[in-house]
This record gives sequence, structure tokens and C-alpha cells, in this order.
Amino acid sequence: MAFRSIGAGGRAEDGGEDSRGGGAGAGKLSFYEAAPDEEISLEDFEEYALDRLRVLKEIEEARSRGKKMEEMDPLVSDLWRKHMGSDSSKKDVISHFILRLAYCRTEDLRRWFLGIESVLFRHRFRCEMPAAQQKLMDDCNLPYKAMTSAEIEAVKENLESVARSTNQVSNSKMYYKVPFEDVPELVSGRKVYLRRGEAFVPREQLSFLVVGQFRSRLSKALVLTNRKWISFIAGEEKDRLAPMVEALSTRYLGPDYTQPKSSNEIALQDLDQLAKASFPLCMRSLFFQLRDDHHLRHGGRQQLGLFLKLEDALAFWRAEFSRKVGVEKFDKEYAYNVRHNYGKEGKRTDYTPYSCVKLIMSTPGVGDHHGCPYRHFSEDKLRASLGGLGLNSRQVSSALEKTRSQHYQLACAEVFEAVHGCSSDGINHPNQYFEQSRALLQQPKVKQMCSFSFNDTVEFFSQEEPASGGENNNNDANEEKTTLMIS
Amino acid sequence: RLFVDGKHPSCDSSFFGRREFSFTLENDIYLRYMSFRDASEFEATVCEKRPQKIDIGAVYSVDPAKRLAYANVSNDRVFAPVEKELVFDVDMTDYDDIRNCCSGADICLKCWPLMTIAIKVVDSTLREDFGFDHILWVYSGRRGVHCWVCDARARKLTNEQRASIADYFRVYKGNENNNRKVSLPTHLHPFLARTYSQFLSRYFDEEILIKQSLLHPQENADKVLKLLSGEGMSMQYMSSVYSELPVQLEEKKRNNTLLPDKINRQRWADLQRKLMQKRGIQRELVFTYTYPRLDLEVTKKMNHLLKAPFCIHPKTGRVCVPIDPADCDNFDPTTVPTLPEVLVFRLKHVNSSFSSVSSCSMI
Repeated sequence: MAFRSIGAGGRAEDGGEDSRGGGAGAGKLSFYEAAPDEEISLEDFEEYALDRLRVLKEIEEARSRGKKMEEMDPLVSDLWRKHMGSDSSKKDVISHFILRLAYCRTEDLRRWFLGIESVLFRHRFRCEMPAAQQKLMDDCNLPYKAMTSAEIEAVKENLESVARSTNQVSNSKMYYKVPFEDVPELVSGRKVYLRRGEAFVPREQLSFLVVGQFRSRLSKALVLTNRKWISFIAGEEKDRLAPMVEALSTRYLGPDYTQPKSSNEIALQDLDQLAKASFPLCMRSLFFQLRDDHHLRHGGRQQLGLFLKLEDALAFWRAEFSRKVGVEKFDKEYAYNVRHNYGKEGKRTDYTPYSCVKLIMSTPGVGDHHGCPYRHFSEDKLRASLGGLGLNSRQVSSALEKTRSQHYQLACAEVFEAVHGCSSDGINHPNQYFEQSRALLQQPKVKQMCSFSFNDTVEFFSQEEPASGGENNNNDANEEKTTLMIS
Repeated sequence: RLFVDGKHPSCDSSFFGRREFSFTLENDIYLRYMSFRDASEFEATVCEKRPQKIDIGAVYSVDPAKRLAYANVSNDRVFAPVEKELVFDVDMTDYDDIRNCCSGADICLKCWPLMTIAIKVVDSTLREDFGFDHILWVYSGRRGVHCWVCDARARKLTNEQRASIADYFRVYKGNENNNRKVSLPTHLHPFLARTYSQFLSRYFDEEILIKQSLLHPQENADKVLKLLSGEGMSMQYMSSVYSELPVQLEEKKRNNTLLPDKINRQRWADLQRKLMQKRGIQRELVFTYTYPRLDLEVTKKMNHLLKAPFCIHPKTGRVCVPIDPADCDNFDPTTVPTLPEVLVFRLKHVNSSFSSVSSCSMI
């Protein structure tokens, strides 16, 4: 099938080798300006897309585990080689454009794709040779001016100051004058010197500039692709490509927490018990704060409210809040918000419960109790809370160590393991913690075992409640199994 | 009666029509997505509906009041914010953990300097670092200030860019579950270094230390000590600062009212000496007690609505007057005119307009 008609996103086809990235060598990085002009089979169509999706998904996973920039660079290189091969220019470009189709259709999908492709681009860029980096910059006509040495000299002290404040060595001779709008990450982290709206970006941080450009171009292209897809393709390709393209985006998404599954809907009366047994620490502390104080500020209400997805949320919140502020005031000031969260007001969006990453990145302030406890609690407070969950001091220390090295989700997973006696599948979302916990605790008469990692032949097996009270030494056939049982 | 002159000297005559307003009426009825063709339609609707509060939102791609006509275009968001001033909101309740004079919705001249500092720091940074020029500061009517940056460049910022500016300002990271509020690297970014030397340390010494009486009596001092207690310094060590304070009985006899000021200054000097080796901590302390605390969420999103300047605050009756950042040291929130005062003034001085004033009943 030919791409030409749908992929380009509005820019004139160059068709030239270089812009397609087919020129100089394996894995040549490009801005994907021009759609590929190739014919490929439908099988390849799917396979290329899935391989790229695997790369993107693993990148996301690594980021959620808090990997730093330097760790991500080699990781991305490896992933790329593994899934995309070493002579990958054609596959690179084609798979990118296929995924554009799949991920242009809604704003959420666009946002996700944009974010993760930008990360991929950033790390591939960082791994390129300086000459290739420079060429990429030049080729794509980035509009930034290099500063003259006189200009640099005039602000030398400030430039050095910034470098020192971010623990970087400032032996850069090259600086670029960039509007601050184009380097939001640098501005956010106070990693760059600003003057009258211009950021003075050193060569080492070039990748931010380039990635910023990549991002804004891709963002525009996605919107255009979407328009074309709707108006042109959906009719023609309805039976051939559309199902495959649509399946690609839903295939990635892990469990979808937008629609609560009915089996997981929580009944009001069970809440306290559930909170003690199965809530992750973030929701547990919010919940009991609410019980104690009969009040939560906005951030806390959002975080807990979206997590709970109660059948009768309004009754729950009203019961709690009315004890402090009275029913009338609740109805006036808070009820709207609760209904809004459930899509019954305003935009009518059924908001998705916040994922771990979102909680970790939130900014609780004075009077707030929300966020991720492993990130936002002081060590003392965290120690006390974990103690309250019944962890022994060794388990607490282990979790605290993870938080010190900023592996917040790993800390949460450790706590899950300590509380349930069984490890989790990794924690990316509070509702995921909750579901896994319920799944474990709701195994009625079956004692489950976690398999040992050092012995692959150990089977996962269940044990009936022994009539003789657990003594099995009268049966030779069972002996081997019993010695492996976790008591 | 009140309204903003929304006329913007732009060539785009549809600009005003695409601006979102919201009204809060009596009985807490909230009307969003209001828009008006021009100032006279706005005035007429205000008189008709008599809102208690008027908020200003973004300028959208189409008139907000007509947005539903475009609701059928699938997927793409045809109705979307296009421009919005960059705004900041500073609220005194965010400083409750360091105020000794008031709390909650109350304010007084002892804690107002915190707002003065916020205005000066944010204003100067917006100009010097970000290059903005058209900045309006407004008293929020009760316990804080708002900032409107109206440069075209500011109006066109995306949410991500707004968030980055908000984060640039962010220093304070305390919340209910963590005492450690401010954590700064040894070497400061030029913006923070400049803020500290030009504003924070001066205001701390001359205003906050004394007006909040941070180190006297003992219970105030203990609050400060508590902040330091995580830094490998025991309470005993810190309280030994006080035993060094010479008892000046003659002072006591001479003038009782001066004594607390002197005690505060003396103790602060002693504390600084004690912290000599740990200069970073002293700086963090000053930041904790002076650095602006912004409500970041207000700044980050284009679709956030903010109270209109010159509104009357429904709970205090005060007019949301502008504040001149160059002269904000002299701004006194307790003498801001209230609605009755304004009406009386008009009655006295503008007799011919009396009938139009009374036809739009008191809001």
C-alpha cells in the first residue's frame, strides 16, 4: 500500500533520499517530515507497527521506574536494535507513520504518542555523533542563533552560576539564544539562564532544543493526519486498514481504568475494611485523613474521589463532609465537583483515575495530603505510616531505601509484598494495587504459593485444607512437595 | 456597579466576543461560558443578572456562548482556548504555617509584607527574566493579590509553557505530611540568588522578623527551631542560643514596647552566628519565611478563570483595586475602598449619574 496520500501531514513531499532518512546509514534519525513512498505487505504493516509499539511501551515502563537520562540512553539503543534491527531506516519511518494513523484519533492518544515518541527521539539524538547532531539541526533549519563570544563573555558569570547550580561542568564554548517558550523543561527545572525572554542554552543541552522542535512538528502533523484520516480514509479503508489501525491503539493500553468493572465496585459499608486491607498507602492515608478530619482539600478530593469510583459517591462524600461543614454547605460548594468527576456536569468527561506517575509528579502544598507518600512524605512520617501497616523494621528500611533512590513505585511494590506476603506485578496505578490486592485476598479456600525463582520446576499448586491439620508426613508421595511449602 | 473596560486595542474585532466570562449569582448559581458582543451588551447583562462575582477566562476560537453550535464536529476540538493572559494568584492562607498574627481569611499589616514581597519578586522576574512588560497587579479583595500579564507573547503561551513558568518560580515544597519546606542547592540559580540578595534577606530583616516576632516569645521561637531540628542539630543545641541572650534589665525598665523587637534582632543575630558553618540553612530559613508561594494550578491552565479586576469582593465589600508594583510597599489593604464608600463618593461628586447608579441595584 502506498503512504503518500495520507502520511505527510501537509508538508510538500521532498521525496529525496536524505529527508526520508534512507541515505547515510543504519538508524539515521530524522524528523519524519516526509511520508514514505513504499509499497509494503499488510503483514509487514502490522509487524512494523507492533515492533515499534514494543519499543515505545518498554520506554514508558522504564521511565515509570524512575530511570535517569543517562541510564535511558543505552537502554533505548538496545531496545531499538532488538526490535527494529540495525538496518532500520525504512522500518523506522514506515512504523512511525503507521502509528501516527493509529494514535491521531483522540486527544489522549495524541498526547501519549507525542510524549513517548519525543522521549524516543531525545535518547536516539543523544546517542548520535556530534557531527550527525549538528547536521540534523542544520538540515531541519532550526531557527536558533549561536551566540557570539562577546555576548557570551557579557553574561559569563551567570552562565557559570547556572551550571554550578545544576551540578554541571560548564566548559561549553557554544551557546544558543532561544526563546524560553521552546525549552520548557529547562525553564521548569531552572536549568538555564534567562534574560528578557531569551534562554541561553549551552551545547550540551542541545537535545532539548531539537526535541522541542520535533515535538511541535509532530504535534501539528498529528492534528492534520487526524483530519485527513477522518475525511478521506475512514470511508475508503473502512474494512481493510481501519480495524487494524484502531486495534493498534487499544492493544497498547493496559487495563483501562476509565470504566469501572462491576465486580470491583465498592460498597459504602465495606469501605473501612477495604481501606485497611487493600488500599495503597496514598489512598489509605487520604481516606483516613478524611475520616478523621471530615474534610479534604481539592487535590485530595480529586485523587481519592477518582480512585474510589463508588456507586453512590455523592452519599459518601456528603456523609463525611457534612460532619464538618454541614449538609447545606456541602451541597452548595462540593457536590458540583463530585458530580463533575463522574461526568455528570460540565464537560461530561468521566475522568480517569490518576496513575502513579501523575501522583508522583503532583505538587501538594500547605494543607494538602495528596500525592505519592513515597515521594511527598518526610522520612519520619513514612516510617510511622509503614509501621502502621504492620511492616517490621527490616521491611520498612527496605522500602525507605527505595524511596531514597527515588524508586517510589518500587517502594510501593515492596510494601505490597510485605503486606500480602506475595509479590505484585509491578505497581503503575493505585487501582492496579487495589485490584491485585483484592484478587489475592479473595481466594477463599485455596492457599496459594509464590513460585521460587531458583527452581524452575516448582509448580504452582494449591492445597486443600488438610483434614488432619497440616501434617503430611504419613504420605511419601507428598513429602517432596511439603518441604517446599511456605508456611 | 462595576466593570472592566475590556476594550483591547487589537485589530481583531471579534476578540472581545470570544472572551469567556463567568458570573456567580446569588444562591451560588454559577454561569459559565458567557460571552458578549461588546461593552454595552456586557453592561446590560451585568445589570440584568447582578452577579456577585465576575470571572474572566480565556479567549476562545469561537464565541463561548455559541460553542454548542460547533459541538458536532467530531474529534477535533473546534471550541478551544486560543489566548489567555498569563496569571498568578498569591493567597495569604498558603502562608498560614509561618504567620503568627492571623490565620485563614484574616489579614493585617503585620502579614501583608508577605504579599509585598511576592509582588516585587514575581514582577521583577517576569520583566527581567521573561521579558514581559504589560503587567497588572490587582488586590483580590480579601487576602491576596492577582497578577495579569497581558503581553501578546504571554497570551499565546501553551499550557505546557505556563506550567514551566510556574515551576520556574516554585521553591516551597511543604505539605501537611512533610516539615521540610524548602530545599535549595548550595549554589543558587542567578534568579534565586538575585531574589535573595535584592529582596528576601532585606525584607526578612526589616519586616518579617519584627512584625511576625519570629523569635519571641519562646513558643514562636520554637516553631523556627522545629524547622531546623532535622538538620543534625538538636533542640538543646539550638535553645542554647537563648541562654546567650544577655539580660538587659535597664532596657526593660526604660521602654517595654521596644524590647520584643530588640530580642528578635538579638536572637536572629545569635542564630546566624550559630549557623555560620551552615549558611545554606540560614538561607533556606529566610526563603521559608519570605519567598512567594504561588497557587501553581491557577497559572498552569489556559482555561482557568480568575476574578475580574475592579470587582467587589462579595464577602468584604472591597473593590479589587490595582496595585502599583513600584509603590507596593505603601499599599494598605485595610484602607481599600468598599462599595458603600464608592457609592457615597459618587453621590457627592457625580450628581448627574445618580439615577443610573441606582437603576443597577447594589451588587
